[in-house]
Amino acid sequence: MSAPGKNYLNCKKGFASWALTLDHKRIGLMYLGSIMFFFLLGGLFALLLRTELLSPGHTIMDAKRYNQLFTLHGAIMVFLVIIPGIPASLGNFALPLMLGAKDVAFPRLNLLSYYIYVLGAIVALGSLIVGAVDTGWTFYMPYSSTTDGGVVLMVTAAFILGFSSIFTGLNFIVTTHKLRAPGMSWYRMPLFVWGIYATGIIQIMATPVLAITLLLLIVERVVKVGIFDPVLGGDPVLFQHFFWFYSHPAVYIMILPGMAVISELIAVFSQKRIFGYKPIAYSSIALAVLSFLVWGHHMFVSGQSELVGMIFSVLTFLVAVPSGVKMFNWLATMHQGSVSLKTPMLWALGFFVLFAIGGITGVFLGVLNVDVHLHDTYFVVAHFHYVMVGGTFMAFMGGIYYWWPKMTGKMYSEFWGAASAIMVVVGFNLTFFVQFLMGAQGMPRRYYNYLDQFTIYHQISTVGSYVLGLGFVMALITLLVSLKNGKTAPKNPWHGASLEWTHTDAVPIETNFREQPVVTEGPYEYR
Amino acid sequence: MSIAKASGVAGFPLHEHFERPEQQVDASKLGMWLFLATEVLIFGGLFVAYAVYHYLHPELFKAAHKFLDVRLGAFNTVVLLFSSLTVVLAIHGAQQGKKQMVLWNLFLTIVCAGTFLVVKYFEYSHKFHSGLLPGYYFTNATVPSPDEAHIFFGIYFLMTGLHGIHVVIGMIVLSWLMFRAYRDEFNPQYYSPLEIGGLYWHLVDIIWIFLFPLLYLIR
Repeated sequence: MSAPGKNYLNCKKGFASWALTLDHKRIGLMYLGSIMFFFLLGGLFALLLRTELLSPGHTIMDAKRYNQLFTLHGAIMVFLVIIPGIPASLGNFALPLMLGAKDVAFPRLNLLSYYIYVLGAIVALGSLIVGAVDTGWTFYMPYSSTTDGGVVLMVTAAFILGFSSIFTGLNFIVTTHKLRAPGMSWYRMPLFVWGIYATGIIQIMATPVLAITLLLLIVERVVKVGIFDPVLGGDPVLFQHFFWFYSHPAVYIMILPGMAVISELIAVFSQKRIFGYKPIAYSSIALAVLSFLVWGHHMFVSGQSELVGMIFSVLTFLVAVPSGVKMFNWLATMHQGSVSLKTPMLWALGFFVLFAIGGITGVFLGVLNVDVHLHDTYFVVAHFHYVMVGGTFMAFMGGIYYWWPKMTGKMYSEFWGAASAIMVVVGFNLTFFVQFLMGAQGMPRRYYNYLDQFTIYHQISTVGSYVLGLGFVMALITLLVSLKNGKTAPKNPWHGASLEWTHTDAVPIETNFREQPVVTEGPYEYR
Repeated sequence: MSIAKASGVAGFPLHEHFERPEQQVDASKLGMWLFLATEVLIFGGLFVAYAVYHYLHPELFKAAHKFLDVRLGAFNTVVLLFSSLTVVLAIHGAQQGKKQMVLWNLFLTIVCAGTFLVVKYFEYSHKFHSGLLPGYYFTNATVPSPDEAHIFFGIYFLMTGLHGIHVVIGMIVLSWLMFRAYRDEFNPQYYSPLEIGGLYWHLVDIIWIFLFPLLYLIR
């Protein structure tokens, strides 16, 4: 048992004690650092892209470079940032603590999945040496089997990263089933755990299909087997089916953990028992199931039959139901609660507004005839970013600020935290709301050049992206500064009622709890 | 965390973050079952590709499959089925504390896996010689409609190749289990690694049970 004053951060020192650690909390922090590094890299590419679009034609780069940069931006943000994102970092840190477990079920597998992530990242960056990829992150056939550049390496990287994701999900599912503390029944689990569990189901059920799809892509490119390439007798739409059978569930791998964080933030910062615990819990599972039944809405204009299109359209509408269940339950939780506008709550409220816009525009895109008009325009870009950045990433930042005192033992500056959250919301809307407008007017996405009539929209968007970027950088600097100058955090700064706040030291010890916690009530019983 | 602690059950190395032996055993089994689900889905993608192209080119598949040797495929099926029996007998031996039974049955399983691969080697080299290869390496002119026949052999090599990789991984896992059995790590209280390795090996067998009729026995 740890001596007083010892915690998981200072109990062992040196590089090896981190590089070879089996402690889920340290692995979570290592993930967090790596993910933030790639977030800044992907964000830098985004700013370069926006700068290029400041004026029609050549601004700072040529068309080929532009295609490579938007591919890199997409691939890095999707595969290295937002898919591992919340589960691998916050999930790793908080899930065992919330369940009253000493660690995840398979600590060595957990460390292995981190190194698989690192390997995947290295291979992805290695593709730059061979020649940057210009296919977009979706690697559509047959272009991806004919264009030059390091497609094989980039695809291999996504393949490798998939296994990291599978092992993380597997670990969390087994941990949730087998390592709950005495008295921790399924309905006493925090909703964060339900969300991460639902995410785990998708990670396990969908990612292998991506693996085989990417493997087939590599074989197609190297050996020309003729499965996807029409010149060789293959079917490029089959690639799209395969790809979206994974990649649509994958966007729920991205958003479900965000929703999971929001459930915690809304309840804690309203100091009120969550409204509709079971509907929120089961809506996560419902979203996980539905996520497998809507992939065809990416192919409304790819030549799929009208009947199939209609079925996928109706199924897509259904997604709005569990999402709406969550939104309304969160609203009802805040109603008559004692809401405190601390920084994590500001991020959560930002999520609320942005995700609502992102979600509703998703329904527009699910309507068959509307989609024919909006398909492959900036409207889709805006929708996707409202859900992924406005949804997932806002929740991610909120979660980081929320658990920061527990992770590091330091309090951040409330002023700078709040200022950066507000700046991100303002910058985000500036960047992406105008993209809805120009998308609806027909500005195609992924285009290097545009008509003069779109100039003003692009300029607003670009200026907004600088504000957005500055906001995110400020948010991260605020956290880093707190490591040096922050006040020492108390054990439970937010008056949370789940085990990571009530039963651990201010910074948890290596084995998490000094005594095995015994759970006698739900995670939202505030006093 | 991997340091074993006293578990209250003699001979059971309990990892520190578990409370009870059966908790650890259940966790590792659940983990393996989930992993097997991912394996089925990986092969599932290939089965879908097979189904799509069989549906599009039924005559082609019927004609091309005649270039596979049914007798060798059937022999390999029997070999793998037998290896499923031996791996179960190895677990049975561990439950009864019979070390020799564990070692011999694991050895037989590895021999079966090796036999399977040797037969596969002969099948593959025959196809290499007659140019029955995927994609633009396909050079055989005796197959009906050679312009499209390469798709069948592409799928054949993808499916059996991925399965073959799993056989090799299985041999590594089985050898590691044999090494641990040799070092007396298993006993009637603790043999879950054998069960988990066995589960993996059964999956390798079951996938072949589906591959054999799909590729060799097309009507």
